[in-house]
Amino acid sequence: MPERIIVPFGPQHPVLPEPIHLDLVLEDETVVEAVPSIGYIHRGLERLIEKREYTEYVYVAERICGICSFMHALCYSQGIEEIMKIEVPDRAHYLRTIWSECSRLHSHLLWLGLFADSMGFENLFMRSWQLRESVLDVLEDTTGGRVIQGTCKVGGVRRDIGAEKLAEMHRALDPFEAQCRDLGDVFLNDETVKYRLQGLGVISKDEAYALGAAGPTARGSGVAMDHRETGYAAYGDLGFKPVVETAGDCYARCAVRVKEVYASIDLIRRAISEMPEGSLDVKVKGAPDGEYFSRVEQPRGEVVHYLRGNGTKHLARARIRTPTLANIPPLVKMLPGAQLADVPVVVLSIDPCISCTER
Amino acid sequence: MSTMAFLKRSPWILHYDASSCNGCDIEVLACLTPLYDVERFGIINTGNPKHADILMITGGINELNRAVVRNLYEQMPEPKVVVAIGICAATGGIFRECYNIAGGVDKIIPVDVYVPGCAARPEMIIDGVVTALSILEEKRAKMTGAAQIKDDARQAAGETT
Repeated sequence: MPERIIVPFGPQHPVLPEPIHLDLVLEDETVVEAVPSIGYIHRGLERLIEKREYTEYVYVAERICGICSFMHALCYSQGIEEIMKIEVPDRAHYLRTIWSECSRLHSHLLWLGLFADSMGFENLFMRSWQLRESVLDVLEDTTGGRVIQGTCKVGGVRRDIGAEKLAEMHRALDPFEAQCRDLGDVFLNDETVKYRLQGLGVISKDEAYALGAAGPTARGSGVAMDHRETGYAAYGDLGFKPVVETAGDCYARCAVRVKEVYASIDLIRRAISEMPEGSLDVKVKGAPDGEYFSRVEQPRGEVVHYLRGNGTKHLARARIRTPTLANIPPLVKMLPGAQLADVPVVVLSIDPCISCTER
Repeated sequence: MSTMAFLKRSPWILHYDASSCNGCDIEVLACLTPLYDVERFGIINTGNPKHADILMITGGINELNRAVVRNLYEQMPEPKVVVAIGICAATGGIFRECYNIAGGVDKIIPVDVYVPGCAARPEMIIDGVVTALSILEEKRAKMTGAAQIKDDARQAAGETT
């Protein structure tokens, strides 16, 4: 039997911009076990509810993660709105959907770039991030912020998108989609990429389900779970079908995200054409009394905000479960059997977001 | 030519996320990609602290990363410059009242440049790096100056004995 050695991976490492630590137990070049340890960016955000009023906490919720910031704000706001029985105007629902899908687009393009980088495909990394900048331009134009938007609030949204800007966005979608399809074509059909990804880090449908995988990690293994199907915000009106692949390897998880980019473009297109007129927000009075599990589909999977109010301006408890936390047990299952050189690719295939995980 | 005259060398950057929300980190990465493309100035993001001239840190200090940040800083060769990216790295920002946040990066290592913003914009980050470059040159001049003085003194001592 070959000798076992332990190789530490992280917290500072060139694969991800964020710190995660894995102890990789190797036999020669093959991983036999991976032991994760987290906590390097734990801040203690859940207890900030004691110091921030429930309306102010939206800003903190946005900063749980700088990539899916809008969706955290949305998830939190929806939870409070549900507890306080606030009816949000339709136009706000549609605007929230557009910004959510823009966030998903920029997150997936960001991930595709990092994933290409982990394979050593530098050119593809640069092209993905170049495309991503056009999404950030739209976000900056419509919200004022590139990565932290600050437009979602309890009771609606803070800003409108004018008819002229909506028309401009609609016109820009076709050329943008063509560019995305060019890019996606490389990820899906390039022989080198396929060689690198197919059959790597396989997790079966049953395992993915049993280990509680979320988002593209689950959908790549054939678990058709996408929280957008439940129809929060405007997804109920627009109609939505989850993107599912069945192979359960790194290639399948990549394919899910590539196809979700196309799906997001389609959702934005339909949301713009069906945008209703009306007000942007309703006045929020009183304080939340009650509890609610608020769930939203983020680029990485389903995020859960559990909120409990006790009739005061400060919530009694907030508990946030993010998709990466759910995807770490599947990751630990995927790594054994992989070569050491493939570890960065497998780790990235779950799209880890550590600042979400550790809050 | 004259506008680029301050760039005498190719500074390599080490980026570490202390406890940031990711917002500033993706903006740091955005600086390296086609729209901003700082690699045209010879600025490269390296993963190895021993190769780096400039340490860019995002986010505040917490109990677990305290030792990591100090370790990275100590591994970097002199002269070195530390750039704190974003308001969290400066003071702890929106998270400063969290129980696990000790404060800004300057609680444990000396910081030379503070880049404001939440999240810091790529333009601001590039501006911060350019400021860091002149500080790096100053530090280098001071080091070589000190080495020269020592050398002169040794020579003078050698002549008398």
